[in-house]
Amino acid sequence: MINETLVELSRWQFAVTALFHFLFVPLTLGLTWILFIMESVYVMTGREIYRDMTKFWGKLFGINFAIGVATGLTMEFEFGTNWSYYSHYVGDVFGAPLAIEGLMAFFLESTFVGMFFLGWDRLSKRQHLMGTFLMALGTNLSALWILIANGWMQNPVGSEFNYMTMRMELVSFSEIIFNPVAQVKFIHTVAAGYVAGSMFVLSISSYYLLKGRDIAFAKRSFSVGAGFGLAAIFSVILLGDESGYETGEVQKVKLAAIEAEYHTEPAPAAFTLIGLPDDEAMETHYAVKIPYALGIIATRSLDEEVIGLRDLQKAHEPRIRNGMIAYEYLTKLRNGEETPENLARFNETKHDLGYGLLLKRYTDNVVDATEAQIKLAVKDSTPPVAPVFWAFRIMVGAGVVMLILFILAFYFNARREIESKRWLLKSLFVALPLPWIAIETGWFVAEFGRQPWAISEVLPTFLSTSNLAVGDVLFSLIAFIVVYTILFIIEMYLMIKFARLGPSSLHTGRYHFEQTPELASGLRSQNY
Amino acid sequence: MFDYEALKFIWWGLIGFLFIGFAVTDGMDMGVGGLLPFVAKKDVESRVVINTVGAHWDGNQVWLITAGASLFAAWPLVYATAFSGFYFAMMLTLFSLFLRPLAFDYRSKIESEKWRTNWDKALFVGSMVPPLVFGVAFGNLLQGVPFGFDSLMRVTYTGSFFALFTPFTLLTGVVSVCMMLMHGSTWLVLRTDADVAQRSANIGRVVAVVLAITFALAGVMVWQSIDGYSVISNIDKMGQAQPTIKEVSTGSGVWLANFIQTPLLWLVPLLGIFMPLVVAMLLGIKNKSGSVKTASLLASALSIASIILTAGISMFPFVMPSSSQPNHSLLMWDTVSSEGTLGLMLMVVAVFTPIIIGYTFWCYKKMWRTVTIEEIEQNSHSAY
Repeated sequence: MINETLVELSRWQFAVTALFHFLFVPLTLGLTWILFIMESVYVMTGREIYRDMTKFWGKLFGINFAIGVATGLTMEFEFGTNWSYYSHYVGDVFGAPLAIEGLMAFFLESTFVGMFFLGWDRLSKRQHLMGTFLMALGTNLSALWILIANGWMQNPVGSEFNYMTMRMELVSFSEIIFNPVAQVKFIHTVAAGYVAGSMFVLSISSYYLLKGRDIAFAKRSFSVGAGFGLAAIFSVILLGDESGYETGEVQKVKLAAIEAEYHTEPAPAAFTLIGLPDDEAMETHYAVKIPYALGIIATRSLDEEVIGLRDLQKAHEPRIRNGMIAYEYLTKLRNGEETPENLARFNETKHDLGYGLLLKRYTDNVVDATEAQIKLAVKDSTPPVAPVFWAFRIMVGAGVVMLILFILAFYFNARREIESKRWLLKSLFVALPLPWIAIETGWFVAEFGRQPWAISEVLPTFLSTSNLAVGDVLFSLIAFIVVYTILFIIEMYLMIKFARLGPSSLHTGRYHFEQTPELASGLRSQNY
Repeated sequence: MFDYEALKFIWWGLIGFLFIGFAVTDGMDMGVGGLLPFVAKKDVESRVVINTVGAHWDGNQVWLITAGASLFAAWPLVYATAFSGFYFAMMLTLFSLFLRPLAFDYRSKIESEKWRTNWDKALFVGSMVPPLVFGVAFGNLLQGVPFGFDSLMRVTYTGSFFALFTPFTLLTGVVSVCMMLMHGSTWLVLRTDADVAQRSANIGRVVAVVLAITFALAGVMVWQSIDGYSVISNIDKMGQAQPTIKEVSTGSGVWLANFIQTPLLWLVPLLGIFMPLVVAMLLGIKNKSGSVKTASLLASALSIASIILTAGISMFPFVMPSSSQPNHSLLMWDTVSSEGTLGLMLMVVAVFTPIIIGYTFWCYKKMWRTVTIEEIEQNSHSAY
């Protein structure tokens, strides 16, 4: 039988380690391009200040990158250590993009990151710039392959179940690469990373402007952040909308949960701005709605319906019953009764095998499930609505605030009035956490909204774990929380220290803390 | 182009290649980290040592990540079984691997002695625990691991963390640590000068001799006291990956069967003993020329490749024998991914490996120099 505590702990551990890793990845995605932009200007104009910008923001990038690398190792290990049935069941398909990520992207990124930091005196200007470009390219390709893998979890195309090996096997790799869900996820996620990188540069530059030091350095950095950030936030929001559209096609359940839409509404559906979802009653109380909006976003039409959770669940019931038949014939086939008839029956029903496996939570044999157990499995076939509903609204809210800030920053920067707009500089400084809030809640919507599945309609999450003792996972989960907290404190300590010092940390003799003897002694006493 | 049988065999070689690639590149960094407390007596010397690998450790580490990911893609059952079975050993490795990236990048950012010596210790732990665990894990593979599958291929491991440590597996752990230390010392001899280089050579000679002895001793134990596994039913080499339908027997000395059958293969373990001795001899030469130093690094790499390959050959076609249910042992014939996945991944490897090796060499060449104390002192704010 399934050990619910083991499943819960395994999920918590994955969520904690993935969300923690995902604090550092977006900044890497965004900053690598920002560094490339700054260095390109340096190579083209030959002006030293742009080299200093590249080096200083590169220093902060390095502090972030190191912890990103460290915590990324966990993700590589964790599928095997904690999700071994998952690894067996889908490794044939899911492992390939991960391995390709290593070969095509991660080698490139990691090899040239060393050149970026330590190659300044050993490479020509152009060679170094090329290295920075390859580092940025590798980082972004890395995201591409990870999101192809993740896209397959959301929408498992190009593969088929093989009863002999008891796993999903690759049928068409091009379908997996061109999976529409993977494509929109990639664009949405990397653009979110560019927003994080831009906001990072904008906020810290605003701090220098507010303090009135290293003005020339801060203004140039601000310009790069404002321009790149504005382009990025538009992409995120426009392609977030794309993301909603694909969800409507492939993952109707997630869309219905995001909208807390329990009843199918006549087309075009209204968008629920806010409300109180209630999974028991399957109603959303006190809903405030915008007419037509959801229908247009999700289906790109005025006459297609967006199906509600009640109807979705209703449609899952026959699939669960069908899955029971699939399971019955799977058992026969695996017991050696490989008659053409059994094979034919299995092939007719195997697309619903995953739904049959949902019953494993209640009965190990699946085929002997009672009506009450089937009802429970139907109820399980959609995720709890409220967490998805609220996480989505936090993400969008943060996105809208950032959109406004980037527009204002770009506008006043273009008019060269940014220094006098202290209210805006203060807002930008305070807004620093916004990209991370949006990114973490966005991750939550995508992954929690996929429940109860690890692989949509193929493999339930609760079946995917390793056969470990509860104590083992509890121990490792606590260890992760403790160690990650320590790492985070160290990282933030260095980040804040160097962000405060600013470009003076480069020891060029050109910046604020190096200008007067008193300030210089202050710098020395900082001991860095 | 290749049939399923050929693909399976090629992937056995490729997994071996990736693990050897890891040991020769990142293993070198780990050796350097392990030698750090012994070859560097003051802060600037530590920085000399760290900066010899500063620009390369991250790229090198990707060999480990790619080897892991390729295991996932090509041998999913091995990945699932080994990682979940060796749960605490894997967690121990993982947590110690966290320390290296942070130590490299953070260590010299703050001018405090306590801060820096603590990171040096972290670097030492992060560099020595993983090879120790990997060596112990390899020893366990040779001994067989207690696991089995249910009818839906869910794996259950019935051993414990402490059962992983036996005299034999501790010995293989020592072999693994010595490989990394020897390799790291040849690198430091090549890339540093003065006291650091001299201390590295001295330690490297001792470690290389210890390596030759422990490796030979492990060979004797495999011959005399460790039971090997062999398949006694027919293997359908073209067949689907179904690892529970064969018959396996065990016996003393069985792990030597492949060498007895193909005597030419004895060359591999012989190189594994002989090459470390060559390294020791080369490191002992006074006033080493550049080519002697390079030769010692290459001899060290060849030692590592031979030692890893020896383990692979003696177990072939097994990759993870089961001691509790020998019939569920994982073979390179029956633990693999589908033909489509293996073919696809082979193409990817064939295209990208030469490219990776190409740009990696370019970077090494660009960064090539003897790292000196003067250099570090001049660049104290930009070097690691």
